[in-house]
Amino acid sequence: MPSIQNRNIASVIVDADKCIADKGCRVCIDVCPTDILVLDPAQGKVRMAYDECWYCLPCEHDCPTKAIRVEIPYLLR
Amino acid sequence: MSTREQTVDILVIGGGTAGPIAAIKAKAKAPHLKVLLLDKANVKRAGAIAEGMDSVNNAVIPGHATPEQYVKEITIANDGIVNQAAINAYAVRSHDMIRELDSWGVKFEKDETGDYAVKKVHHLGAYVLPMPEGYNVKKVIFKQLRKQGVAVSNRLTTTRLLVGSDGRIAGAMALDSRSGEFVVIRAKAVVLCTGAAGRLGLPSSGYLFGTYENPTNAGDGYSMAYHAGAELSGLECFQINPLIKDYNGPACAYVTGPFGGYTVNAKGERFIKSDYWSGQMMLEFWRELEGGNGPVFLKLDHLADETVTKIENVLHITERPTRGLFHEGRGTDYRTDLVEMHISEIGLCGGHSASGVWVDEHARTTVPGLYAAGDLCNVAHNYMLGAMVFGQIAGEDAVDFIADKEPAEVDAAAVAAERERIFAPLLREEGIPPTQVEYKLRRLVNDYLQPPKVTRKMLIGLQRFAEIRADLAQMKAENPHELMRAMEAHAILDCAELAAAASLYRTESRWGLYHYRTDYPERDDAEWFHFVQVKKGNDGRPQCFKRAVPPYLYPIDADERDAYDQLRVDAPLAA
Repeated sequence: MPSIQNRNIASVIVDADKCIADKGCRVCIDVCPTDILVLDPAQGKVRMAYDECWYCLPCEHDCPTKAIRVEIPYLLR
Repeated sequence: MSTREQTVDILVIGGGTAGPIAAIKAKAKAPHLKVLLLDKANVKRAGAIAEGMDSVNNAVIPGHATPEQYVKEITIANDGIVNQAAINAYAVRSHDMIRELDSWGVKFEKDETGDYAVKKVHHLGAYVLPMPEGYNVKKVIFKQLRKQGVAVSNRLTTTRLLVGSDGRIAGAMALDSRSGEFVVIRAKAVVLCTGAAGRLGLPSSGYLFGTYENPTNAGDGYSMAYHAGAELSGLECFQINPLIKDYNGPACAYVTGPFGGYTVNAKGERFIKSDYWSGQMMLEFWRELEGGNGPVFLKLDHLADETVTKIENVLHITERPTRGLFHEGRGTDYRTDLVEMHISEIGLCGGHSASGVWVDEHARTTVPGLYAAGDLCNVAHNYMLGAMVFGQIAGEDAVDFIADKEPAEVDAAAVAAERERIFAPLLREEGIPPTQVEYKLRRLVNDYLQPPKVTRKMLIGLQRFAEIRADLAQMKAENPHELMRAMEAHAILDCAELAAAASLYRTESRWGLYHYRTDYPERDDAEWFHFVQVKKGNDGRPQCFKRAVPPYLYPIDADERDAYDQLRVDAPLAA
């Protein structure tokens, strides 16, 4: 049962200059109800890993450096 | 895939609305007990009210409403099929819960005298209490959890309950969706508060997570209660809501109604007398959408600028704060534009309709030691405050239930079987991605179960669902996160089959659009003035049966009975 990779645009945008995940911050990763934000080990920054966003905003509101901007997922816009 | 084991006195599953209150109240009543609250997400931001709440939809406050008025209105709105004792158990505690939340720091709207500013949105009485600053609810409750010393465990997706050989609840099993650990928790009582089955139908946008409900609420609790042998009730009474098209969130009648907003058809005419969410209202909404007068819009453009600003300051800040962003993207301004509305995908939800795990007025299910509260239980139209009150009732009753009891024996074979079921998609070399199975399943739910319900379509739907069941055994998960989605697909399929079975069993129409069967279009009280229950039969298949509606505490007069069948505006009012 071979499979292919799907590509989707991210609706949770992380400003790498403001994100302080490399200093140990995990706030957005912790509060996301659908658990779609992960630490990118290479960059030390947070990124959206799954196209499963409820556009609910705890990540954006709870981020201590205001590094996150949530957009309405493309299919709904 | 290591196994973690834990033993507690009371296990509360679900950290959204009902669950935290159950845990707080159990611990407050018996501080010596081990109370564990777990959630699939993070309790700080879990559940339907993750970002807050716009309003209390069912406040029963002296001077504005009485328990009798409220119980009667909810009875009428549900075409008589309610357990009034359970609705009343909420109604008589409603005011005390509001006052307690107020004392904790939850903000409710008050008038200049300090009285709660209750508004009329329902067809008959006044029960809506706005929460213009309702964005802090979760944080306030989290502080109380800390204060009471409730143990919290996050990122645990509970998959099955454990039942002892004596039929008593014995605990639950879960997957840690971060570490991939298997978790077995033994408990003397379990309070199930996992919310609605919100990922049942597919939103018309096609976006799996663009649901009305918080998509973490995938129906896990319905599936777990069913497999534990509990009775479920009213699963044919679907949740269907009038929502902002594509955004798929509330518009919201409870917020805009008191300010003068209302629903209109394409001609700008008002066609329903009350925007309060009921099956009867949804039927009129659907007729208008599908008839020559559609589509349907929310109308605010006649309101003063400062009134619209007030509405925006609620709608764009609390509960679903991306509403403003959505409108901005479409260039929609409430001052000049109507907001296009549509009908949501179907779901199961006690809090909004009446589909849930059967509980009595003590929040007890039919499995000893198992409680259900919140959107998961079948106490009709219970909403946020009802979830909290039933959480309280469950937590306090569980303390009494476990007194002098030891945990029930755990069946080692059941634990081993569940471990094997959970991890199969991870161990498989290749297979179908869980989200692809889920997409197909939910698309089929739309095709075959979305009202109006047609017998032959539902029967075909059951055949398609059986094929999906075979596909479940071919899912491949790459990591614990995908494994969580795979387990959710199992639960969604259970909910789809149970919803179809209950819908086929009730051969009449009732609750407006919620159970509108075109081949049985009339309400038939002689045959169907009963609850429809479903439980797991001896053959392992869903078994439907009737349960009598308990005698009313507050009788309904003949002239009151059909009030919700007269929601259509007789002649169009000038807009």
